[in-house]
Amino acid sequence: MSADRRGLLKAAIASTGALIVGACDKITGNPKSLAVLQSAEDLTRRAQRLVVDRKALAKEFTASDISPDFRPNGSIDPQDADYLALKTKGFSDYRLVVDGLVERPLSLSLDQVRALPARTQITRHDCVEGWSSIGKWTGARLGPLLDQAGLKTTARYIVFHCGDTLEQTLDGSGVYYESIDLIDAYHPQSILAYAMNDRPLPVAHGAPLRLRVERQLGYKQAKYIMRIEAVADFAHIGRGKGGFWEDRGYEWYAGI
Amino acid sequence: MDKPKKVLVYRHAALTRLTHWINVLALTLLLMSGLNIFGAHPALYWGQKSVFARPWASINAVDKGDRMIGVTQIGSATFETTGVLGYSGKVGEREPVAFPSWATVPSYRDLADARRWHFFFAWVFVINGLIYWLAGLLSGHIKNDLLPTRTDVKARNVWHEIVTHARLKFPKGEAARRYNVLQKGAYLAIVVILLPLMVATGLCMSPGFNAATHALVDFFGGRQSARTIHFLSAWTIVAFVLLHLFMVVASGTWNNIRSMITGRYAIVPDAKTGARR
Repeated sequence: MSADRRGLLKAAIASTGALIVGACDKITGNPKSLAVLQSAEDLTRRAQRLVVDRKALAKEFTASDISPDFRPNGSIDPQDADYLALKTKGFSDYRLVVDGLVERPLSLSLDQVRALPARTQITRHDCVEGWSSIGKWTGARLGPLLDQAGLKTTARYIVFHCGDTLEQTLDGSGVYYESIDLIDAYHPQSILAYAMNDRPLPVAHGAPLRLRVERQLGYKQAKYIMRIEAVADFAHIGRGKGGFWEDRGYEWYAGI
Repeated sequence: MDKPKKVLVYRHAALTRLTHWINVLALTLLLMSGLNIFGAHPALYWGQKSVFARPWASINAVDKGDRMIGVTQIGSATFETTGVLGYSGKVGEREPVAFPSWATVPSYRDLADARRWHFFFAWVFVINGLIYWLAGLLSGHIKNDLLPTRTDVKARNVWHEIVTHARLKFPKGEAARRYNVLQKGAYLAIVVILLPLMVATGLCMSPGFNAATHALVDFFGGRQSARTIHFLSAWTIVAFVLLHLFMVVASGTWNNIRSMITGRYAIVPDAKTGARR
């Protein structure tokens, strides 16, 4: 092919691409058409709930599979004053608050959390970006903890309020938070991890406590958990979509 | 001598034509949104997990001190791909991005929006594919039109088709009523292997789906292998489409396009096999 024709072909491909891309950008920019695209999320969640058993376990690996280079993501060294105060004292003043729609609100020290029914699992962490790392997690099982607090019958979701501000905003909506439903909250692999690879959870990975909800993507695995709140819905929290990244356009159901 | 008479024959059923064009739309948008998604972590690995220091392939922007360049790495080989891969955009406004903005949906780097496009059209693609399969099995389209016959797969016939294809000589008469063995093989491989492989490897990147059956993701060698195979199959489909488009042009652009829109394909019944049904 001559240079002229090659140039013409290149230009043709690039301009066809630009045409499609331009139209797609317009569709993405329109809230109504964006909502149509977003409807697939609901379909995906329902389809997965249909084919995946509620108690089906995520694959567990062996010690030799553990990633030596497990990548920390999002906040890796929070500079929030309250968090720094806790970190300086080695989290000895830390209290995990469990409240909201519960019969018996709790305030637990780390030692008390460590005394709760625990589980250890070696699992794969799947980032929404596409990469995976494998780590070993030990933590308090979320289900028994919620039972200890006693969920009210109106509770539908469990919200995790975190100690890190991932984005500086004027209204404070940049503080990390996440939410899961009761199916995932009571899943046997849903734990509040305080140890990673047999050592205390490092700050970069969410010390002193992070959520492991193994059948969803990385952004669901809230780090630096300060408070667990049982709610009927999460419309009043943050920007109302159920999580920091959800408020920024990501799917609430992060199973895909 | 008279000009050979052309006869329009009914070649493609309405459902085949409809699902074909829906597939064109879905695959185009899946590819373009997929390239945007890839930009969130432009590196590929084999196995269950990522070994960040050793991707088998990656696309990066590299700071050369006085300028940025795009670098594509495959195994131990690296190529400078500035302007297309790794570092692209209008000169002066270039930015670090795996695939250029004219090839991605949306044009700007946005994982959340790209995922919305990808999963919406994944459903369109899957539902469209299931309809095609179901109708193809029930109507006999797959069995009668795509499955090679015993005569088709005879070495002499296969060789004959390879030679005539290489010379870009295509039947115009009665033989053009049916797909030849190379067409059958290519279409069947796409419909039965490659497109389902895209769905399967795509699903194996879903931690929710992986909990349902560990066997499938393990079959592919792990989630990162599934991601790699997903990427490679996507480009295999692109290669198929390019070859497909070339063949369309080489064997009669308008006749082919008309047949995929109206269903009617013009043949020239020749003397030898001229008996028309």
